[in-house]
Amino acid sequence: MSPIRCDVVSVERTVFSDDVDMVLAPGIEGQLGILPHHAPLMTALVPGELIIRRAGQEDLHMAVGGGFMEVRPDRVTILADSAERADEIDLERAEAARQRAEQRLRERPPGVDIARAETALKRSQVRLKIARRYKATRGGVGPGESGREP
Amino acid sequence: MATAREIRRRIRGVRNTAQIAKAMETVAASKMRRAQQQTLSSRPYAEKALAVLRSLARQAHAGGGVLLHPLLEQREIKNIGLILYTADRGLCGAFNSNMIRKAIDFVKAQEKPYSIIAVGRKGRDFLVRYGFPVVAEFTGIPDRPTMADLSPIARLAIDDFQVGRWDAVYLAYTSFVNTLVQRPTIMRLLPLEPVWESGMPTSVDYIYEPNPQAILNQVLPRFTEREIYQAMLESIASEQSARMVAMRNAREAATDLIAELTLSYNKARQEAITKELLDIAGGAEALTQAMRAQ
Repeated sequence: MSPIRCDVVSVERTVFSDDVDMVLAPGIEGQLGILPHHAPLMTALVPGELIIRRAGQEDLHMAVGGGFMEVRPDRVTILADSAERADEIDLERAEAARQRAEQRLRERPPGVDIARAETALKRSQVRLKIARRYKATRGGVGPGESGREP
Repeated sequence: MATAREIRRRIRGVRNTAQIAKAMETVAASKMRRAQQQTLSSRPYAEKALAVLRSLARQAHAGGGVLLHPLLEQREIKNIGLILYTADRGLCGAFNSNMIRKAIDFVKAQEKPYSIIAVGRKGRDFLVRYGFPVVAEFTGIPDRPTMADLSPIARLAIDDFQVGRWDAVYLAYTSFVNTLVQRPTIMRLLPLEPVWESGMPTSVDYIYEPNPQAILNQVLPRFTEREIYQAMLESIASEQSARMVAMRNAREAATDLIAELTLSYNKARQEAITKELLDIAGGAEALTQAMRAQ
């Protein structure tokens, strides 16, 4: 089958751009699988896992923190609020972010946007989950330091 | 011929200027690096967002009269709005004047009533001095702006378009190409320009999840804001690049001038010494002749 072009762009940078066979994305109405020649679609994304499948290569797992996806028959464009590949996720930072978000939600200090804190919590949980699973399958050795958030 | 002392004073003055230019060059160079990096790394998102916006606009256009969102509305253009990005400060070569000239040429060529939002003190000062219609001004935007710094501008532009005060909104900003080249650019922000690309879906029925209204309500204002933000980043990177280059030129010119002045100073000094020697020799000669005559 002819591949489909996939671009994953976060606010800070282009995270991924290549021809792929399938994209699995966390749509607002549920997990979506996109194959080439998919009907035109525009959807909101929730924080979750994005999987990119390519022939002859391992699946690529990414954590996305919400955003939008536009699908055309020959291309998928994902405009993410944040996106990192599993091997780029910094576990310590994600853990710290989770604790911060939890604390905010627990204490609810004035001036804190609760909805934002909830999204932040969701995002950090997704990051942790994906990073932990990735580390587990690699015996804890990640390729490392590339592409950390600035 | 200036005296040696006058030239020396002049050299001191030029040397001061060179030092100031050098300091400003260094500051601009470091700001420039940061601004360029920020601009280039957020550019892909802005470009993709624009592509998505345009494809949505196309869908809306093909929708046969059903208006999916007010920001997609194509009206007869009676009033034009322009957001003009300039710097707060000068000493950056022709950066500000190039942008202002391009923007003014543009609005005049439209032959329609227009009004302008001035972002940046230089543009504001110019427009006010020459009596252009400025409806709002935003100055003092930091060198590393966040979305929050720009969202009032976006709010204003989007509201004015929605209530019909403006039927088209343009961005006039200097787009960053590289350190030596920056290009004043006019881009239509609203209503979104639909583009026809090959390979784009021809069917009207895009699937929207959760539904068209919810998606467009979220996407359109947000991506529009993003374009306004990116234009600011481009403008800042261009400004710092232009300033760095202008200051480098100033420093080099000053250094050349110092070399020239030093040469004339030495000449003047030598001439003075020669003259003195001649005086002494002449005096001594006169003295010996006088003694011999006795």
